[in-house]
Amino acid sequence: MSQISDRPDSASKPVPENAVAARNVSKNYGDVEALRDLSLDFPRGQLTSLLGPSGCGKTTLLKIIAGLLEPSSGEILVNGELVDGPGPDRAFVFQDFALLPWASVIRNVAFGLELRGVAKSEREAIAERYIKDVGLAGFENSFPHELSGGMRQRVGLARALSVDAQVLLMDEPFSAVDEQTRRKFQEDLLNLVANENKTFIFVTHSIEEAVYVSDQIAILLPRPSRVSEIIRPSGIRGKGADSIRRDPEYLDIVDRIWASLRSYVE
Amino acid sequence: MTGYRSLFLKVLSAVLVFGAWEIAGRIPVSYSFPTFLDTMSALVALTLDGTMLRAYAETLQPLAVGISISAVFGIGIGLWVGLSARFDWLFSPIFIVMQAAPLAALIPLLVMAYGVGLTSKVFVVCIMAMPVIVLNTGGAVRNTPSSLQEMGRSFLAREDQILLKVIIPAASPVIFSGLRLGISAGFIGAILAELKITPTGVGDIITYSRSIADYPSMYAAIFSIILFAVLFLNLVERLENVLFKGNDRGYVSD
Repeated sequence: MSQISDRPDSASKPVPENAVAARNVSKNYGDVEALRDLSLDFPRGQLTSLLGPSGCGKTTLLKIIAGLLEPSSGEILVNGELVDGPGPDRAFVFQDFALLPWASVIRNVAFGLELRGVAKSEREAIAERYIKDVGLAGFENSFPHELSGGMRQRVGLARALSVDAQVLLMDEPFSAVDEQTRRKFQEDLLNLVANENKTFIFVTHSIEEAVYVSDQIAILLPRPSRVSEIIRPSGIRGKGADSIRRDPEYLDIVDRIWASLRSYVE
Repeated sequence: MTGYRSLFLKVLSAVLVFGAWEIAGRIPVSYSFPTFLDTMSALVALTLDGTMLRAYAETLQPLAVGISISAVFGIGIGLWVGLSARFDWLFSPIFIVMQAAPLAALIPLLVMAYGVGLTSKVFVVCIMAMPVIVLNTGGAVRNTPSSLQEMGRSFLAREDQILLKVIIPAASPVIFSGLRLGISAGFIGAILAELKITPTGVGDIITYSRSIADYPSMYAAIFSIILFAVLFLNLVERLENVLFKGNDRGYVSD
């Protein structure tokens, strides 16, 4: 696709193993310390969850990685390069979908490409493909208010996929959709991680969701925010989407995480 | 189907209002209150002998100039006020004072400064029309959902793209409602100027007809300016639907 080809060729440089790395990141809002000296690696091609009670700074960290917020100190490296703002290597999926209410599904999905100056016919062809991929074929000319919450988030996902970024940042993407849609989304996400060669960073407050979809779970604890533990549920990853929830290892990890989080939930 | 139904309701409400007017005129509620039919025949007479056309040629000058200035500068200043907190702090109070000022009492000051000609009348139209346009535009821009702006930035929008592709479309329904309110206030201003500064155009027909107790003609002039304003506002609504297609489609509420 043409929006990749005009990027500088990075093949000559050695590609670091971690797609994204946070190095000693701190963030203060006035006197409030949202993050303190946080370091975390995000392995390439895998899904890393940021899990923690509310107010632990997980969304703040995600927005710092996205370049939407500036850290008070520390740095973010994406493919070994310092982040100083949003970039073509990262795409964001928003908790509240952030769709343009006046624009059709296809224009919403193609919006990232429109901003990059991709010609209309080309960007709509790309958008159409991703609309089909997320299962919204036939809704190209619908408007967001005509779609259900789950369908709106599929539009948000298609928009993030269509700019073909290597890193997908997802901010509690399934928290505003109903339980059944959410389960379907989680299964789809597993397929997405397996089939697309992308790095996913996924913010959630659901322990089950984190264990179900993640290759690596970073547990963040508040006051001050820090990574308290990194869990890799590797034993359950190879198994089919249907059997994960019955796996003893899955249940053990869910219990273990709840045991370490429960004292922080008021 | 709904098109026919809404047309039917519009016609029905017009029949009810004009019917009530006709009855009130026939009772009569006041010697100086003509019936609907008398008013309409006066309107036809004024139109046929060219009086109305000459009147509008005069009234439209301050109205068109004033509304154009108010729309262009009002939306421009409003965007700026909405985007910059400092500019908001500097300019909003001026327009709040302008909106609250008792304009009729200030007209002698305007006449003293700018004379009895077109300039003063344009000023009156602007003072009536501009504050609501500026304040609505500024408020709408300030209230653009921050997640939409964040979305734009994360997908690499430049500042001008965020303004043109996110903020202005998001603010456009409120900008246009400000524009409609401003334009109706501008019409009031234009007539007020013709009644208070020098009697010209439609204001002259109103003043003159009243002085000779030709009430049907007086009400015909008032009726015509209201009709003209309503038609013009409908035109603005059409313009909005052409410029911002999604605006008539409702909003995602949650």
